[in-house]
Amino acid sequence: MSGTILEMSEITKSFPGVKALDNVNLNVEKGEIHALIGENGAGKSTLMKVLSGVHPYGSYSGDIILNGKKCDFKDINQSEALGIVIIHQELALIPELSIAENIFLGNEQASRGIVHWNETITKTKELLKKVGLNISPKVQIKDIGVGQQQLVEIAKALSKDVKLLILDEPTSALNEEDSQNLLNLLLDFKKQGITSILISHKLKELIKVSDRITILRDGKTIETLTLDEDEISEDRIIKGMVGRDLSNLFPVRNPNIGEVLFEVENWSAYHPVNSDRQILFDVKFNVRKGEIIGIAGLMGAGRTELAMSIFGKSYGKKITGKAYKNGVEIDIKNVGRAIENGIAYVSENRKEFGLILIESVKNNITLAGLHQVSNNSILNSNEEVKVAESIKSKINIKAPTIYQKALNLSGGNQQKVVLGKWIYTDPEILILDEPTRGIDVGAKFEIYKIINELADKGKSIIMISSELPELLGMCDRIYTMAEGKITGEVNKQDANQEILMKYMTEDWRA
Amino acid sequence: MDGIKNLINNNIRKFGMIIALIGIIILFQVLTGGILLKPLNVTNIIMQNSYIIVLAIGMMLIIITGEIDLSVGSVAAFIGAIAGLFIVTYDMPVFLGILLCLVFGVIIGAWQGFWVAYVNIPSFIVTLAGMLLFRGLTLVVLDGKTIAPFPDSFRSLSSDFLPDIFGGGSLQFFTVIIGIMLSFFYIINELRIRKNEQKYNFQVSSFSLFVTKLFIITVVINLLTYELALYEGLPYVLITLIVLIIGYTFIMNNTVYGRHIYAVGGNANAAQLSGVKTKKMKFLVFINMGVLSALSGIIFAGRLNAATPQAGNLFELDAIAAAVIGGASFTGGVGTVFGAVIGALVMGVLNNGMSLMGIGIDWQQAIKGLVLLAAVAFDVLNKNK
Repeated sequence: MSGTILEMSEITKSFPGVKALDNVNLNVEKGEIHALIGENGAGKSTLMKVLSGVHPYGSYSGDIILNGKKCDFKDINQSEALGIVIIHQELALIPELSIAENIFLGNEQASRGIVHWNETITKTKELLKKVGLNISPKVQIKDIGVGQQQLVEIAKALSKDVKLLILDEPTSALNEEDSQNLLNLLLDFKKQGITSILISHKLKELIKVSDRITILRDGKTIETLTLDEDEISEDRIIKGMVGRDLSNLFPVRNPNIGEVLFEVENWSAYHPVNSDRQILFDVKFNVRKGEIIGIAGLMGAGRTELAMSIFGKSYGKKITGKAYKNGVEIDIKNVGRAIENGIAYVSENRKEFGLILIESVKNNITLAGLHQVSNNSILNSNEEVKVAESIKSKINIKAPTIYQKALNLSGGNQQKVVLGKWIYTDPEILILDEPTRGIDVGAKFEIYKIINELADKGKSIIMISSELPELLGMCDRIYTMAEGKITGEVNKQDANQEILMKYMTEDWRA
Repeated sequence: MDGIKNLINNNIRKFGMIIALIGIIILFQVLTGGILLKPLNVTNIIMQNSYIIVLAIGMMLIIITGEIDLSVGSVAAFIGAIAGLFIVTYDMPVFLGILLCLVFGVIIGAWQGFWVAYVNIPSFIVTLAGMLLFRGLTLVVLDGKTIAPFPDSFRSLSSDFLPDIFGGGSLQFFTVIIGIMLSFFYIINELRIRKNEQKYNFQVSSFSLFVTKLFIITVVINLLTYELALYEGLPYVLITLIVLIIGYTFIMNNTVYGRHIYAVGGNANAAQLSGVKTKKMKFLVFINMGVLSALSGIIFAGRLNAATPQAGNLFELDAIAAAVIGGASFTGGVGTVFGAVIGALVMGVLNNGMSLMGIGIDWQQAIKGLVLLAAVAFDVLNKNK
């Protein structure tokens, strides 16, 4: 190693209500592959956004020192000019443009505004050769696979004379072979002196390629492990990733668990657009009356896809499998049927899928249960107001009146409105997808209390969360998912973060 | 006093357009030396704009769901043409002819709604195609010629007045009495609503505010009917309009369908996941637009007393402008039927006033364009405040 290329020291970055990064230190040596690892929400992506100038200088505190010089990036162009290139999880290529056009987008080989196509094509060919991609530069992005698109992104990075390459979950959408190619390419780059920062959930591949690993947890740096010195096992890394104490963040509950109420068997589904890609594999789980079960999994494990495919087949194609309520098979072919069968789904992204932001609290609360306040489709407006008022006070939605637009509420109160909407339909089975995402601690506690009360009333709760402590604190039983399959089932008394993390990172397809 | 201030601040758009309408009326009343509000002219304004108001109501629903319909003018022309074909050329009974026209409206609406809702083709494209298609079919049906005249009974919807059963002289007593009866029903209904709200222990507006509101609306109703009574009385087309306005306002505010329409436009994903049949709602809204386009075509053909190939030209733009001036937003989910009517009246009074002043059609177009832009700009700036 020939010294430090990047030093990020005491980086702190806050979002309204959340401290995403808290005095984070990251030290990257020249020419190494440095892995960055942590749970969802640990702050990895935020840290990389600070580094690349997506979060501009001034919006965070702390210093970025690149090659001994302090850097104050105001935008991504400034960091790119110094050779820092970030490749995001969601690829930023334009499907309708050719490979060559994408690679030189914003950096067109042109003089006086006129593009030199020959030069563009020649240079693209060279770049594609470097990343081992043997296809014509004129092919459109939409016509090549995800693995090849990933390589195009890297070629694009190379075109910018990259010194420090950051890859955010580059292999999450790739199959085994493509992942292998990509990792080999990184090792090649290392020989050429290009430094890489690799963010990934796949521990095996991290251990294989990286020189050092920095672990983040709750926005803080936990430790940096050096691979050739320390004897690093997956368990050792997992221990660093979790290991948080679960003090009394969760309200006490004495579960009263009854018979199995809801059951899903052999549930499989395919991607809605790319219908050859299987997303869910023979999923089987059950939930009892009065029970809260958790579904743990890393990003891309298929948790939301599972929930939405069950809720009226709102996600995916070629869905197969059976769902039973009280031992009887039920029909959940559309959302209306699912609701009639007593299922409710509180979506992951409340702004996009949960709320009608421009409508009032009242109209949002009654939307899924309008038939209860209407007669032959004619609304009883007074009854509706009464219902909305009672739910507002029951779950303590903090809004001046029920006529307030959902838009103007805080995240926690918006989430309560969504919960209120489903509570009003009086469901027996509630699927809660990341019910506390982006909510401050106080509001989280209130939401936990609401969830507990629902369970006490004999409802079955299915809780999806990326925060393991939350699942451990709330659930009676936890299923883990990895790559579209249930990989484990753990009872509350046996569960801890290490065990869950182990199942969640299980690479069952390999 | 604070209550009134809040009321106005929260409804600035709604009141803004009513105030603008009143302002425009006063302006032209002065500029035309009092001609604008003469009984004859008030009757004229209503009859000249009736077919646009009908379209604007349907267009409002379409825009609330986040869609657009560019074909309404062509559809109105096509329906006028087949009305001519059935009733004049084939000598079909008028009632049957009108019924058939409305059925055609349903079919046309279903055709366009199918492509938009179930095949997911953008409504701009589907209805642009419809605009060309139905204009073309109009020419086919009419063979490029005009069919005229219609029988009197066909024309009565658009041109006749409620007969005065009191056989009145210069004042149509029956119309005045209808006005009084209407205000009576209105007051009783408002009292009933208020009593119901009190039964639920809701906070109701102060009694004086309530009485002021009743008083103003009663005065407006009776002034209008009195004006009309000074000419020929209540036109049938105004009765149709009132029924449509009350009916659609009720549907949008007080039924599950209305709520679902707003939900689809407000956030289709969330609506879908709350059990709203988003595709079906869009389909129904287009069928509704088809029927209202047909009605508009029938009224226009009756008023012109002819089915012509040029009928309905640019109606779609007038209807869209009315909806937008009346508070619709192209992002969907926002707007009221009443707003669309106010929007149509703003455009209608502008047209009429400028014509009375002898301003040429060229300047009229230009000024209407600026008014449309100003109305939306006002709204956008107001929102960003």
